[in-house]
Amino acid sequence: MLEWATDLSVWLRVGEILLGAVLILVPLLATVAYYTYAERKVVGFMQMRLGPSRVGPRGLFQPIADVLKLLTKEVVYPSQASGALFRLAPLAALVPALGAWAVMPFDDGLWLADIDAGLLYVLALTSLGAYGIIIAGWASNSKYALLGAMRQAAQVVSYEIAMGFALVGVLMLSGSLNLAAIVQAQSGGILDWFFLPLLPLLLVYLVSGVAETNRLPFDVVEGESELVAGFHVEYSGAAFAVFFLAEYSAMILISALTAILFFGGWLSPFEGTELARHVPVLDSGIHWWLLKTAFFMFCFLWFRATFPRYRYDQIMRLGWKVFIPVTLIWIFVLGAARYAEIAG
Amino acid sequence: MRLSSLLFLLRSLSLWDLLRGLRLTARRLFSRKITLRYPDEKTPKSPRFRGLHALRRYSNGEERCIGCKLCEAVCPALAITIESEERDDGSRRTTRYDIDLFKCVYCGFCEEACPTDAVVETDILEFHFERRGDHIMTKEDLLAIGDQYEEHIAEHRKADAGFR
Repeated sequence: MLEWATDLSVWLRVGEILLGAVLILVPLLATVAYYTYAERKVVGFMQMRLGPSRVGPRGLFQPIADVLKLLTKEVVYPSQASGALFRLAPLAALVPALGAWAVMPFDDGLWLADIDAGLLYVLALTSLGAYGIIIAGWASNSKYALLGAMRQAAQVVSYEIAMGFALVGVLMLSGSLNLAAIVQAQSGGILDWFFLPLLPLLLVYLVSGVAETNRLPFDVVEGESELVAGFHVEYSGAAFAVFFLAEYSAMILISALTAILFFGGWLSPFEGTELARHVPVLDSGIHWWLLKTAFFMFCFLWFRATFPRYRYDQIMRLGWKVFIPVTLIWIFVLGAARYAEIAG
Repeated sequence: MRLSSLLFLLRSLSLWDLLRGLRLTARRLFSRKITLRYPDEKTPKSPRFRGLHALRRYSNGEERCIGCKLCEAVCPALAITIESEERDDGSRRTTRYDIDLFKCVYCGFCEEACPTDAVVETDILEFHFERRGDHIMTKEDLLAIGDQYEEHIAEHRKADAGFR
């Protein structure tokens, strides 16, 4: 019955998976740390300030100081909070945001799990992340946290639909739910990437992605001028840091997915040309995926520095009355085009 | 549908206004930064700057203050307390000259009222108190500041003299 436990190859495979997880998560968490630094620098620069500049040369050690500060601070548990749920909530937010990285194809053949329904898995996990926030808001026993959680629930439900529809367009063109297959379906140069035929869906996806991660201009969930800090008012120290981690890894995840679904993942824009054959850097590889992801990560910060926060009813209007009709119309157009064998 | 509303629809669907906003912030990203790294860099101060108070002396060492109490009278915050007595040589001098820096609003009226330029406000603005009661500057404290910065104070009075 337990023959598998004595089989060495099973344990080798387990070790392999664990090593893969570490190889993905350690750089990811380091990126999160320096993403916060980049955020403060970029937003500061856009407001003609310098941003953090005191800790280390040009403030480069600032994230380390921040982490040390958060970890050494006391985690306060409100006496009226729902104990177990209050402790569970940060993990419920973090685990899906990290788990979704398992199916991420970094380069041709470079991924931890090759799931045929990879896109579905990612969508499912990103939706699960909302539970962490809802549980946190509920368990805190605070009116601000609860209001933040309610807003989050409504916002995620609204934008999940538009996001799902936007991805239906990707599925129609690639004919697969496997992320690596979606990238391979875009091979052939920059004009074969999906962003051109799916331009309206790309915009809907990007904006929904910002809304899903509760970033400005859709951060009514935190809305510090209205709800103090929203769902995480009652969290401090390491528990707060975990929420922070979840939010930023979700942002990086959305950026990475945008690069993969619409911009050809690891594929080079010069793919197949004479140039790419002679200059190896210009050929497809993981660096192209990193470059594209970094660009969309920058966009998150750029949006934050540019747009004021949406009012709550405006967010709902945008989600239900603009994005869903736009995606539906474009899916119909796409279907008609495919039927007439114009695209794909 | 009228043309103007059609144009409005096109404008909002093409995200024209949002792109203009993004262009503005992108330009600011590369523009000159106006942050001043305070303890390392400081803005220049006017000779009229009104900061910490001081009591001055004449060059022969005699204190300028004659205990006329004009500063005490003009002080809008009632921050100055003065007591005076006749000195052995028959001249009037203060025995007590306290300025409560918590009450003081740094208006500079004491400086304006003083007939002998005795009480002045220096351009020292980085001072703090570590014990309760330290905020009341006594005559000795004020004279000590005056002695220490006399050259600096005289220079600033001179620079501002033409405008008084």
